[in-house]
Amino acid sequence: MHEMSLAINIVELVSAKAQAAGGQRITSVELEAGKLSGVMVEALVFCFEAAARNTLAEGAFLEIREIEGRGNCLACGHSFIVDSLLGQCPQCDGYAVEIVQGRELKVLSLIVDEE
Amino acid sequence: MCDSCGCSQPDNSVTIRKPGQPMSGSGSADHHHARKGRLIEVREAVLGKNDGIAAHNREFFEARRIVALNLVSSPGSGKTTILERTILALRGEIPMAVIEGDQQTMLDAERIETAGAPVVQVNTGAGCHLDADMVHKALHQMELAEKSLLFIENVGNLVCPAMFDLGEAAKVVIISVTEGEDKPLKYPAMFAAASLCLINKIDLLPHVDFDVARCREYALRVNHQLEFFEISARTGEGMSAWLDWLRRQII
Repeated sequence: MHEMSLAINIVELVSAKAQAAGGQRITSVELEAGKLSGVMVEALVFCFEAAARNTLAEGAFLEIREIEGRGNCLACGHSFIVDSLLGQCPQCDGYAVEIVQGRELKVLSLIVDEE
Repeated sequence: MCDSCGCSQPDNSVTIRKPGQPMSGSGSADHHHARKGRLIEVREAVLGKNDGIAAHNREFFEARRIVALNLVSSPGSGKTTILERTILALRGEIPMAVIEGDQQTMLDAERIETAGAPVVQVNTGAGCHLDADMVHKALHQMELAEKSLLFIENVGNLVCPAMFDLGEAAKVVIISVTEGEDKPLKYPAMFAAASLCLINKIDLLPHVDFDVARCREYALRVNHQLEFFEISARTGEGMSAWLDWLRRQII
């Protein structure tokens, strides 16, 4: 269950940012999560709610923007959408695929109430 | 159902299906909520803090030419036995130290100490993986020699440790032949993150259905650069190739 660690990391990061900006309460957090980042969205949402308790992020809404996985075939150069790390090139059936997108896991922004 | 607000966001990271049934189309519509208040741009990695500490660990290792290897596997694949045999074989030739990660107990640390290497045990409690800060704190309790090997035995778990950089030079994934040869397909993240794969317990091959060639093929699908050694830590078979690989890392 690494989602709990991730949730704690998110809460620490956004709390520090909100505090530095003088925010009193975080109402929403926007997260970018690649589909190959190894994160289970439901578990993360659940853990975030628990991790945010008694912090500036308590009750904040976690908005998750999922990013498609994309791979480049190293054999034929074809670029295609992959839904797992086991990407197979649809053009040449090769498995030597370089994942170029989909591993992202980033806090994009947050919204704070001043009072 | 979206857990946070009760709206009907499609639930698509868990898929439930029977064999032969295709993956149902995902309809992840953009999930917009009214955003009031003041917007603060962040654009920082969730694991940025871990990655920063990992980079610090890595600098520490590189400055002293310490080769740190992060050993990852399911519970029971033989990580500790491999380390015991490795320490016995290379003792006196290459300085070695170990950081042991387990949820509970000092048992593995005691085994490593008996084998003859300095060791620090990290008990993660409920935690399912080591992180860079735990390794950093462990390093403060160790005196590592220059040009040495540091083995970091991660918590037995084929999922979570893949996400957490510890500052290691390489991840070594271990699979034993008493497991399924399809593990690389089932748990691709770990095989994708590793540089080397040890297939352990090969002395048991006559008694199990494990197909080594197929396991390698599956693992190569996930990571076409993965190297393999087939070993038995119990009998010592195949260990010399692994030991030579370790010697080459030090130079």
